[in-house]
Amino acid sequence: MSTTVTADGIPARAPKTPRSERGPAPTRIVVSYGFWLFLLSDIILFAAFFAAYAVLAKHTAGGPTGPQLFDREHVLIETACLLSSSFTCGMLGLAFERRHALFTYLFGATTFVLGAAFVALEVSELGHLIATDAGPQRSAFLSAFFALVGLHGLHVAVGLAWLLAMGAQVATIGLVPLVVQRLRCFALFWHALDIVWIGVFTIVYLGAR
Amino acid sequence: MMTALLGRLGWDALPLRQPIPLAAAAVVALVIVGALSLVTVKGWWPYLWREWITSVDHKRVGVMYVLLALVMLLRGFVDALMMRSQLALAAAGAQGYLPPEHYNQIFSAHGTIMIFFVAMTFMVGLMNFVVPLQIGARDVAFPVLNSVSFWLTAAGVLLMNLSLVVGEFARTGWLVYPPLSELAYSPGVGVDYYLWALQISGVGTLLSGINLTTTILKLRAPGMGYGRMPMFCWTALASNLLIIAAFPILTGTLGMLLLDRYLGFHFFTNELGGNAMMYVNLIWAWGHPEVYILILPAFGVFSEVITTFSGKPLFGYRSMAAATMAICMLSFMVWLHHFFTMGAGADVNGFFGVMTMIIAVPTGVKIFNWLFTMYGGTLRFTAAMHWALGFIVTFVIGGMTGVLLAIPPADFVLHNSLFLVAHFHNVVIGGVVFGAFAGYTLWFPKAFGFTLDERLGKAAFWCWFVGFYLAFMPLYLLGLMGATRRMQHYADPGWQPLMVVALCGALVILAGIVLTVVQLVVSVRTRDERRDTNGDPWNGRTLEWSTASPPPAWNFSTLPQVAALDAFWRTKYGAPPDTDESADGSGSDPLPAPDTASPLSVPRPSAVGVVIAFFAVIAGFALVWHIAWLALLGLGGVVVTGLAHAWRTENEIEVHELYLNTPGISA
Amino acid sequence: MSTSIWPSGVLDPQGPVAAAERTILLNATVIMLAVVVPVIVCTGLFAWWFRSGNRRARRRPEWSYSGALEVLVWSVPLLVIIFLGGIAWLSSHELDPRKPLAGKAPAIKVQVVSLDWRWLFIYPELGIASVDRLVAPAGSSLQFALTSASVMNSFLVPQLGSQIYTMAGMVTTLHLRVDRPGRYPGLSAQFSGAGFSDMRFEVTALAQGDYQAWVSNVRAHGETLDATRYRQLAQPTSGAAPMSFGHVDTGLFDAIVAGNGTLTVAGAGAPSASAMARR
Repeated sequence: MSTTVTADGIPARAPKTPRSERGPAPTRIVVSYGFWLFLLSDIILFAAFFAAYAVLAKHTAGGPTGPQLFDREHVLIETACLLSSSFTCGMLGLAFERRHALFTYLFGATTFVLGAAFVALEVSELGHLIATDAGPQRSAFLSAFFALVGLHGLHVAVGLAWLLAMGAQVATIGLVPLVVQRLRCFALFWHALDIVWIGVFTIVYLGAR
Repeated sequence: MMTALLGRLGWDALPLRQPIPLAAAAVVALVIVGALSLVTVKGWWPYLWREWITSVDHKRVGVMYVLLALVMLLRGFVDALMMRSQLALAAAGAQGYLPPEHYNQIFSAHGTIMIFFVAMTFMVGLMNFVVPLQIGARDVAFPVLNSVSFWLTAAGVLLMNLSLVVGEFARTGWLVYPPLSELAYSPGVGVDYYLWALQISGVGTLLSGINLTTTILKLRAPGMGYGRMPMFCWTALASNLLIIAAFPILTGTLGMLLLDRYLGFHFFTNELGGNAMMYVNLIWAWGHPEVYILILPAFGVFSEVITTFSGKPLFGYRSMAAATMAICMLSFMVWLHHFFTMGAGADVNGFFGVMTMIIAVPTGVKIFNWLFTMYGGTLRFTAAMHWALGFIVTFVIGGMTGVLLAIPPADFVLHNSLFLVAHFHNVVIGGVVFGAFAGYTLWFPKAFGFTLDERLGKAAFWCWFVGFYLAFMPLYLLGLMGATRRMQHYADPGWQPLMVVALCGALVILAGIVLTVVQLVVSVRTRDERRDTNGDPWNGRTLEWSTASPPPAWNFSTLPQVAALDAFWRTKYGAPPDTDESADGSGSDPLPAPDTASPLSVPRPSAVGVVIAFFAVIAGFALVWHIAWLALLGLGGVVVTGLAHAWRTENEIEVHELYLNTPGISA
Repeated sequence: MSTSIWPSGVLDPQGPVAAAERTILLNATVIMLAVVVPVIVCTGLFAWWFRSGNRRARRRPEWSYSGALEVLVWSVPLLVIIFLGGIAWLSSHELDPRKPLAGKAPAIKVQVVSLDWRWLFIYPELGIASVDRLVAPAGSSLQFALTSASVMNSFLVPQLGSQIYTMAGMVTTLHLRVDRPGRYPGLSAQFSGAGFSDMRFEVTALAQGDYQAWVSNVRAHGETLDATRYRQLAQPTSGAAPMSFGHVDTGLFDAIVAGNGTLTVAGAGAPSASAMARR
């Protein structure tokens, strides 16, 4: 940082260049920023489905209601799986930042298994509902429920596919900056899905009285 | 009838027994086949593939967006001519020549095309081309994603136009309100074509919003703080922030309607608890920001045009930036004014009426600031300036009728009438279309190295200006007389003279469109007379004019060091005598030295955009016709293409390598 | 049709709601023209005066800020908008469709069902109904409850004022009054499909005596409107002649609303086969 000297000979602390004037940001920042914006847009997508759920939650058309259908134990286990996978994803982040391939695979695999467990549990829950005439065609409430929960589950499934692809990229290309950048984006995505899930189980499952 | 191989597709999907769609489809098919044949015969495919189709250069992508918009303007305008001529004929018992099943598709297609594939596409194209140049960047933040965005938009265009040839289009209006758009009342494929085309192009638009926002916020040249950014970049920023915030709502809402139609969900159905009012709220929560997404870049264009051709800086720059961001935020708080008549009650209606009024304030501020920019300037009446002056006059009238409609009881009698139709055409044509043509005229020389013929440009303007008033002033009157929108015929013979005048106006606009096409052809033919030799044909103020016309792929060899607003003007003429422009940077760290150590490189072209779009069209078409295997194939193709691109590790070309590979240029 | 010199419609009000709405329209337009006209004039004036060829114009090539003008530029639109916003808020309440109107006795209740593609008007207190013709006594307050048999429509009589949407399974409320005997065109203002352009009806306002005569006549000669007849009416039809019913099943409107527009034997609505056959 440059300093100037005042007339008294006392060094003055000069202001630094404002961040907005420092020129183009490095790629690492640009990519992460862009991905954040994507995540914000994704959250707005979820917001639309949350809004629909809020409007339609009582429109059960004489069919089953939330309290009748929701199994809180089941949801608790699902939530434990997803939240743990977020923890292992955090560990994954530490691993790939340190370019440690073995731990990257290890924590990637655990994240995958826990995420897959979440998806499997959710599919079984939704499948059971469909089999007992509580499918999305039964009422507007169920449509909104299946769409919101299903959208989240779809995101998790896509995330799992992405994680597999990243595993393949680490194996074939290695932990080069390009791949590490994508892993960072994956981690952001995975944590964001966790946050959305907290919203889902609070509003949908805990909110059902 | 469903088959495993072809889903619901059958020979009856072709309009073999309906003369009008058959003729239209034949014309479109001939044009497409003709264009493709011309390209093949002339051997242009390698050039087009290398330089345009796989290009990830924002300048190329921007030009392709604008070209797509101009082509779709022709298609959408043909729809308009058909509507106007039908209404000029169908008075007092006469049925005209377009039966309702065609007419209803035509007005739905007209609105969809004009909003999504002309206005959006044109504005995104201008922003794509200009923003990186104006902020002193080499390209957008994500060049390959940019190409993907364009091609997904083109895929949506193609899918929608396929509905003309195979099947039908929606007969519900451009926003496909349920319950009319539900399976019970629209069992055909029309609404499905609409939904899939917009879902596909919507992804492209959202990605483009993310791309341009990141570009503006993270890639500005050294020294270009927010207070030194051209006003076009401010409006582009606001517009792209709106895209990021609003388009997911569209995706979600259309997705809900798709779930209703395909999987029997009940979001908006009449039975089993669905709520059609929710659709109206959701779609307009997207729809109102959408119109600001369209108008803000146009406002930015006018700021550039008026400052350039007045030879003066923008008056009240800070106010303009503040007004822009105010409009950006307020646009999310007014959506209910599109359905005051749905019965939400006086408090709700009153609130949204007041909010709508409030958003008129920053818009008014902008108008005044443009006038004061002109004041004291030295005005040059180029064709672009014509569009800007025509805009001010026309837009304030449209804004006035908008404020009228924002008063709920006034809206109670005018909602959905031809008065409303006149209002929104007033602001969209006077604002967005005039802005598009102004921007097209202004930046054409930067893109192609020669200016457009000025005389033909002015003639085109006057045709649009006069034609607009002839076409839409009668509609204000008709709306007051009780004429509603989307009528295929009407009973009162007293309305017919006004409809005929409106048709004449449409024909005058047609002359304007023809003149625009002629202008392009003539300008290319006589381009040597109007070469832009120094990159600055208009004595411009902003950084894009400091580059060659057209700029090299990398835009700037060394990134400009920006010290003030209107950076290029300062470079040319120095700081004004009585300002202290060192005040901003006194004693601060020196700007980062230009990076001359690493070699200059440009992003490598990629076919991923066009290939993904190809599979997207296949998937969309298959979904429309319920052809499961083909839909899976299309989706699989998208995924595989994305994965293939993910394994591309060489993503840049160094510039000297670029020169080696360009025919005709020696190292 | 009315004999006003104004083009008929919104500028030719025949009731208090429409009259108030016209006043608002005209006043707001005049207020805004006070800003719009100077803007248009200034555009032309500045453009002409500051053209590059004008040697008399004083050029100020660096003038781009003025605090005083900033204040003016923000406050003029703000003041206009505060004023118009006040009008918007107050008139929203004053002219709320749910607000009852004063009028000569008796107040007439009308239940409106928008069909594909005509209008059914049920007079629940009189037990009669009419299709595509709304007969009302001039000077009496009309209280509407509206619903739809199928898709969204919008009930509008431009000369009487406010429109309101009709939606299946829901009831919207509207109050109007027609002050002078006459015949006034009505329409649907929300696009509803193939027969939309023919979805016109007529408001026939009669003097009190004539109105009573009409009611008696319909009671004597009109057919019965029961569930079966209603289902026939709800079949997609356009351009048919108006008709009237001398006897209406009680609770028909409520059953239509409960059935989300259709009437089924069980009562909980499902789309009828006729709705599926619409094209």
